[in-house]
Amino acid sequence: MSLTHYLVLAAILFTIGAVGVLVRRNAIVVFMCVELMLNSVNLTLVTFARASGTVDGQVMAFFVMVVAAAEVVVGLAIIMSLFRTRRSASVDDANLLKY
Amino acid sequence: MNPDVVIGTGEAVVFWVLGPIALAGALGMVLSRNAVHSALWLVNTMLALGVFYVVQEAPFLGAVQIIVYTGAIMILFLFVLMLVGRDSSDSVVETLRGQRVAAIVLGLGFAGLVGAGVARATQDLPVTGLAGVQGGETSNIEAIAEVLFTRYLLAFEVTSALLITAAVGAMVLAHIERDAGTRPTQKELSRARFLTDRPQTLPGPGVYARGNSVAAPALLPDGRLAEDSFATGIEPQEIEQMPRPTGRAELGSPDAALGTLDPAPSDTPGGRDR
Amino acid sequence: METVPADGLIAASWLLIALPLAGAAVLLLGGRRTDRWGHLLGTGTVVAAFLVGLLCTLQLDGRRVDVDLFTFVSTGSLDVQAGLLFDPLSAVFVLLITGVGALIHVYSIGYMAHDPRRRRFFAYLNLFVAAMLLLVLGDNFVALYVGWEGVGLASYLLIAFWHERPSAATAAKKAFIMNRVGDVGLALAIFLMFAQLGTVSYDGVFGAVGTLAAGTVTAIGLLLLLGACGKSGQFPLQAWLPDAMEGPTPVSALIHAATMVTAGVYLIARSAPIYDETPTARAAVLAVGAITLLIGAIAGCAQDDIKKVLAYSTVSQIGYMFLAVGLGPVGYVAGLAHLLTHGFFKAGLFLGAGSVMHAMDDAVDMRRFGGLASKMKVTFVTFGLGYLALIGFPFLSGFYTKDAIIEAAFDRGDGWGYLLGGVAILAAGLTAFYMTRLMLMTFSGRPRWEPGVHPHESPTVMTAPMVLLAVGSVLAGFLLVVAFPLESWLTPVFGEPEEAEHVVAPLVVSVLVTVVMALGVLTAWLFVGRREVPVTAPVRVSPVTRAARRALYADAVNESVFMRPGQWLTRALVFVDNRGVDGAVNGLAATLGGSSSRLGRTQTGFVRSYALSMLGGAVVVAGALLAVTAG
Repeated sequence: MSLTHYLVLAAILFTIGAVGVLVRRNAIVVFMCVELMLNSVNLTLVTFARASGTVDGQVMAFFVMVVAAAEVVVGLAIIMSLFRTRRSASVDDANLLKY
Repeated sequence: MNPDVVIGTGEAVVFWVLGPIALAGALGMVLSRNAVHSALWLVNTMLALGVFYVVQEAPFLGAVQIIVYTGAIMILFLFVLMLVGRDSSDSVVETLRGQRVAAIVLGLGFAGLVGAGVARATQDLPVTGLAGVQGGETSNIEAIAEVLFTRYLLAFEVTSALLITAAVGAMVLAHIERDAGTRPTQKELSRARFLTDRPQTLPGPGVYARGNSVAAPALLPDGRLAEDSFATGIEPQEIEQMPRPTGRAELGSPDAALGTLDPAPSDTPGGRDR
Repeated sequence: METVPADGLIAASWLLIALPLAGAAVLLLGGRRTDRWGHLLGTGTVVAAFLVGLLCTLQLDGRRVDVDLFTFVSTGSLDVQAGLLFDPLSAVFVLLITGVGALIHVYSIGYMAHDPRRRRFFAYLNLFVAAMLLLVLGDNFVALYVGWEGVGLASYLLIAFWHERPSAATAAKKAFIMNRVGDVGLALAIFLMFAQLGTVSYDGVFGAVGTLAAGTVTAIGLLLLLGACGKSGQFPLQAWLPDAMEGPTPVSALIHAATMVTAGVYLIARSAPIYDETPTARAAVLAVGAITLLIGAIAGCAQDDIKKVLAYSTVSQIGYMFLAVGLGPVGYVAGLAHLLTHGFFKAGLFLGAGSVMHAMDDAVDMRRFGGLASKMKVTFVTFGLGYLALIGFPFLSGFYTKDAIIEAAFDRGDGWGYLLGGVAILAAGLTAFYMTRLMLMTFSGRPRWEPGVHPHESPTVMTAPMVLLAVGSVLAGFLLVVAFPLESWLTPVFGEPEEAEHVVAPLVVSVLVTVVMALGVLTAWLFVGRREVPVTAPVRVSPVTRAARRALYADAVNESVFMRPGQWLTRALVFVDNRGVDGAVNGLAATLGGSSSRLGRTQTGFVRSYALSMLGGAVVVAGALLAVTAG
């Protein structure tokens, strides 16, 4: 048992989140996947903070949480207004910006 | 500083118990068809991560994780889910050709590369531990506060601006502004409705339906679903129906008509066809 | 001979050019408002120019007068002063152009009386007179070139005056294009002069021509000759002139007989100092003159179109002039004298032909004429005098000037001289033949008119210029050769005439020419006058006649040598352009466009596709990092 386990776990979680972003179409679920990716990064930050013996990593994780909160607020508002106009929460339906 | 903190057995047990749980939560979130289930799976993973934080000498972050993430943010998600409702984007059918296969292949590749890289790079990583900066007189919160309000003060202040901006932005995006008087009056609505092909109201639940939820479509007299009664964004639900007479031929008398308790067979004319 | 600055009236000689130019400007810009008096203004400007020219000539007194006007082109080392050179040579041309021009303007008032576009006709005529005067008055080659192109433009506009007729439009294009060939030669000659000498003024070029290499001078001479051939309808560019007869007859008389087509002779005479240095170019001039002389005379014998006969006659007569100026100093004066007399009698003949056409409802086929002598007495007499002058009837103008040329040819003394003289005498006989044929077919015999044609004499406004020109045809030769010798008038230009060593006595030549001429007349009478002229041209004729009818196949040669290869070349170039150049450009564009639109297809608008590519990029970056650190 070493810190590497935490890091590998974080990597796997991150990948699952990324794949979720790619395969899910519901914008809200996509957002959840993004949150999962952020959380996995937080886990690495905390782990490295412990390894390096400073709390800077924890502060970073704290900031990540703040930014994630702000992002979720704005993102969900965008999803709401998108839903109001298109009657759909599918990310595939918002595809007007193309060739 | 102790350059070689040994990770204890207790922590290992916690890791090997909660790690699979976190992974299961992540996989469940991605795989479950219902968005609400996804949110609940994610809560599961986040709680596990919160515990990991506590174990890894970051009790403050663990608390914030549970309170802010699982408490606030996930509730926000559920609120929005409630507003938006379920819709066809929950379908598991992939519409983009090759997207799923490519995503899985790339995901496996990414996980393999990063996992291998991290494992290789941190093979002999010395674990310093945080005993030097916290513990004893200085609590974890004090240690964080000391760094946060000195070295990261500017970032902290900028963060507050970010939060304000996000709050205002969310309000602007979600707000619908209507000028006074632009809302149509009942008279205007009535007029507009009589100009359409359908002056009457939309059909309500069928006569023999047993529910009047929005998700329950109306039934036509022959038992079919009335398509113009489908609610947007919601899959029409199977309606639980009362037993009904099977046809005019059998309507010898009202008593006889009401006497049948068998549901109409689906293959006869006038029966249900869905 | 030094030039002197202008004084007196000669300083105002720019009026010569300005007057007709102003007339053209007023008539062209004034529009329909000038319709009622436009022809009077057009005639008035030319008459005024004639008076100015006459006064200037009287003041000239054998000087070379340079009239400085303004700086025309000043760039780098090229400095072209716009100036006029009024010397005896340009004076005789000014008088010819404005004098004959004025008469023809008067004639045109009657001839074009019923044409709705008479005003425009006079505007173009004035434009022509202005350009022609600039051509002969300019004191440098660039001014000459401007006038040269100006008369080409006026000629084009006037040949195509009845542009609603396809034949007129085609003839105008033909004239313009064949003139371009010659103009390129003239332009190249001017370029060569500037490149070698750094100047284009007559004085500068002629003063320094002796310093040039012999090859350069020959090249300049040959290029100038090419320009002269194009403008004067000489071999091998003679084919446009007969077709140019599609224009109104006064145009044929003024431009394509009396003045513009003689510009080539003027050019060679003006460039005498250049040709004095290069025997090769001079021999080329001789050859061109002799060949054209024969071609024109032979082709003229077989034409049925009265104007075409006169046109080939013009070609042939200008051949005489080229022959004369090609002979060198002894021939210049003879050639110019013939040019002047030819200007009178050929203009008179054309006006007479116009009068006949006027009477015959614009018919030109001589086979449908006949017996007009009694119907059109004035025309007959004036035309007859012009005819006699042209064939060289003794003591009329053609007799003096043509004999002088033939004598000068014999005076060369060598075998070539005899050959050239023989050719010239033969052509004189042919001239007598075809002109007599024309006279007989037109004026004598039984009337063969188209039904409904009632010939009548032309109005006085048309016959008066014909009478004046007839008088000129009769007297000009005597005046220019005997009474007031042109030779002494032109001495300031060409130097003191050397007393020629006569190889053959002049009297012998005169008698010989007269006898040959009489033979020609007799032959014509035997062939044409004694017999009834068939109304349609006989089909079964000798190959010689057939060749002559087709002008010795000049058009056929042009067609097969230049036109068809040109068309093939054009087609090949068009093919290369369409398939090769356009293909490459379009192919490149299509390739880029196709690949970009195919690349654009990757922009599906699906955010998940974009995210997939981001993940792919992340994988690549992670792999690269790992490879680097592991390696």
